[in-house]
Amino acid sequence: MKLFLDSVLTYSSRLIALAVGLLAILPLVYLALRAVDADSAPLGYLLSVRGLEVISRSVVLMVAVMGGALALGVPFAWFTSRTDLPYRRVWLALGLVPMVTPTYLIGVTYIFAFGPRGMVQGWLEPLGVERLPPIYGLFGAALVLTLCTFPYVVLPLRAAFMQVTPRLEEAAADLGAGRWQVFWRVILPPCYPAILSGVILAGIYSLSDFGAAAIMRYNNFTQVIYLQYTNSFDRNRGAVLALVLVLITFALLLVERRAAHRIEHITTGSPEAARTVRLGRWRVPALAFCSLIVGMGVVVPLVVLVQWLTTHNVSRAVDYNPLTLTLNTFGVSAVTAILGTALAIPLVVLMRRSSAWAGWLGRLSYVGYMLPGIVVGLAVVFFATRYLPALYQTFPVFIIAYVMRFLPISIGATQNAFAQVNPRLEESAYSLGALGWQVVARIMLPLARSGILSGAVLFFLAVMKELPIALMLAPTGFHTLSYRIWSAYQEAIFSQIGLPGLLLMLVSTLSIVFILRQE
Amino acid sequence: MGDNMKFIRNSLLVSVFLLVTSLGVLAQDAKEPLTIYSARREELVAPIIERFTEDTGIAVEVRYGNLAEMVAMILEEGDESPADVFFTQDASGLGALAREERLIPLSDDLLERVPERFRSDDGLWVGISGRARVAIYNPTLIEADDLPASLLDLTDEKYRGMVGWAPTNGPFQGQVTAIRVLLGDEVAKAWVEGMLANDVVTFPENTAVVQAVVDGEVAIGLVNHYYLNEFRAENPDIDAENHYFEAEDVGALVNVAAAGVLDSSDQPEEAQAFIEYLLSPDAQTYFATETYEYPLISGIDTIEGLLPLDELKPPAVDLSSLDDLEGTIALMQEAGALP
Repeated sequence: MKLFLDSVLTYSSRLIALAVGLLAILPLVYLALRAVDADSAPLGYLLSVRGLEVISRSVVLMVAVMGGALALGVPFAWFTSRTDLPYRRVWLALGLVPMVTPTYLIGVTYIFAFGPRGMVQGWLEPLGVERLPPIYGLFGAALVLTLCTFPYVVLPLRAAFMQVTPRLEEAAADLGAGRWQVFWRVILPPCYPAILSGVILAGIYSLSDFGAAAIMRYNNFTQVIYLQYTNSFDRNRGAVLALVLVLITFALLLVERRAAHRIEHITTGSPEAARTVRLGRWRVPALAFCSLIVGMGVVVPLVVLVQWLTTHNVSRAVDYNPLTLTLNTFGVSAVTAILGTALAIPLVVLMRRSSAWAGWLGRLSYVGYMLPGIVVGLAVVFFATRYLPALYQTFPVFIIAYVMRFLPISIGATQNAFAQVNPRLEESAYSLGALGWQVVARIMLPLARSGILSGAVLFFLAVMKELPIALMLAPTGFHTLSYRIWSAYQEAIFSQIGLPGLLLMLVSTLSIVFILRQE
Repeated sequence: MGDNMKFIRNSLLVSVFLLVTSLGVLAQDAKEPLTIYSARREELVAPIIERFTEDTGIAVEVRYGNLAEMVAMILEEGDESPADVFFTQDASGLGALAREERLIPLSDDLLERVPERFRSDDGLWVGISGRARVAIYNPTLIEADDLPASLLDLTDEKYRGMVGWAPTNGPFQGQVTAIRVLLGDEVAKAWVEGMLANDVVTFPENTAVVQAVVDGEVAIGLVNHYYLNEFRAENPDIDAENHYFEAEDVGALVNVAAAGVLDSSDQPEEAQAFIEYLLSPDAQTYFATETYEYPLISGIDTIEGLLPLDELKPPAVDLSSLDDLEGTIALMQEAGALP
């Protein structure tokens, strides 16, 4: 009986793996189909001046964001992990908030605050300031994306800083190295892989992000793909651009994976705590730096949101029920998070048991990272209208699109969580005659629970703040917080953004607290 | 109970739960509501659609979106499209569908409620309310005398960086289509390129253009007439006025918000009932007094202060001929106004 159950579960997990794999490939198939459609010579567009402009704009934005994430991330990680900065964990938590806040939300608050005739200009008008320089375009997009992605550098780098062997630092100091030299030549070099991995993730994120570029009116890949989807009968150009985007992301991911592997090899596992560095007269500049980051990432958006909340709604604003909106958003996020986590567990178990599946599934999980939400949305619309018309614009398709997009999050979190479990426990269980699934159910899952839960929370958050899939695939009449914010922005009814925006920020901040406590 | 039995029991419970929930979700679709695809803004039409449901008892589901996007969506969805009615803020959207033979003819009785120039030549769509293209401007930034007589003059050097537009907006694309029909593709393309070369500012939607004019971010905006009334209703003191281009200029276009029934509809009678409702005195009064547009059936007054429909001197263009939305978009893409 037990053996039978074990084989049933094994086979079903393989079936799940196959199904997930096919789903993950679907967007790539879609892109390939569009690209080879002879009708509109999409390759010609790609190589035209227009096409090359779009590509270069995206690359420029990516490089700017990577630079910004580096410039902000390294000092911030250092100050909050290895120095005696007061209230380090508070600064850290606040600095991480933009990472879980939707980029379009931060973008909207920035254009309201810093637009040519926006809030700040209004304050400065008595001083004779008629207009502020425009915040739109590359500068605005890079600023918003940097704030939202520098935490990708901070998180792994903090861990790396704290794992550098103190003895090396002491030895260097003994040999006469000054503080700066110790930092640059002893502490920083082993952390390069962490920095590289974080910076590349920031770059990948900025390539695939939809909200910031849209709000800042910067025509990069995702913005152009969306504009072409909504304002053109020719869907092929967008697909070809998306293919280029996917290829660039793939190349970046390869580099990032290499860097990530090197991080694992460098950790020393030394039980000694890392030394705390005294800041002395650097304390004030460090505090100023952290305040600036937190000011830009948290205070500015909050001030604007509260301002909107307290502004009387213009009468042309549509009446909506905030409770319905919130329930819709939470409902969808919860269902997809549960489904995603449930799918990830058998996949990860399979990956650990068999190296053949491991390779195949591991690569598949990258695909989700590579595909911007807009591409997943387009692919699902394409296949649903052609092959599943009864399900088009219904919940099952909506949920499948989210799972396709964010499954890598749960796979990654579950893998990490399983990796934390002492392998001896697994071995003992097997040697005592337990079958595969018993080991998973009674030993692995309970021990990996908090890691898996963190993954589910991240998945929940990702769905909550996602925009393009919510715009394209939501069943008619089913509105989420992101849809409402986007509509309000388009119609310049900013007062309507206050409540949904604050709700999103509140949930994001709570989840940061939750995730940090797992650390 | 043995561990395995517990596991099986739990799995069965979960599966039954999931099954019941999904059946519940599917059961929602049991009674089909009327599905409207609306390119018109939610804040403008949601109230009157709700009134329709209250008065007739017919349940309605509305999908809001961008005009071109919804046209493309309906074409891509084909026969399986869930849409019953397409309600647009510009006739060119319906023209595009008529061209692809996706609309079914409406009853004569319905069509004859509006003047001939505001309905399709083939009876495939009917105008619901009229709207005039204007240039809204901020008098503190530019004087009325300095405004051009013709839309085409805005490419002049003296308007550099002063004009805002929304190229993704349906009626704007309709305006460009009108330029193409009246003056040819060359002139249309030259105008679009000229505007871009003159540093025109791009906004996502008309309301954003008007907000920018009111805030003083740009001096002139190319939108429809009723935005001024809408914004003034909120705040009577705003710095904004409507400028109408000269008689018969291409910029003086009068277009209509319109509706049609899709051939993929499985409820054509209810769909037509909806359009009939939009042409009822109740609804037409709503469009006159709440959205500040021009009612099209006889016997309804426009609001005070609005130039009467008969006194507008639009260019002589048949609205039915504005049906090549695809061509317009391709032109705007080539010119660089759309990516």
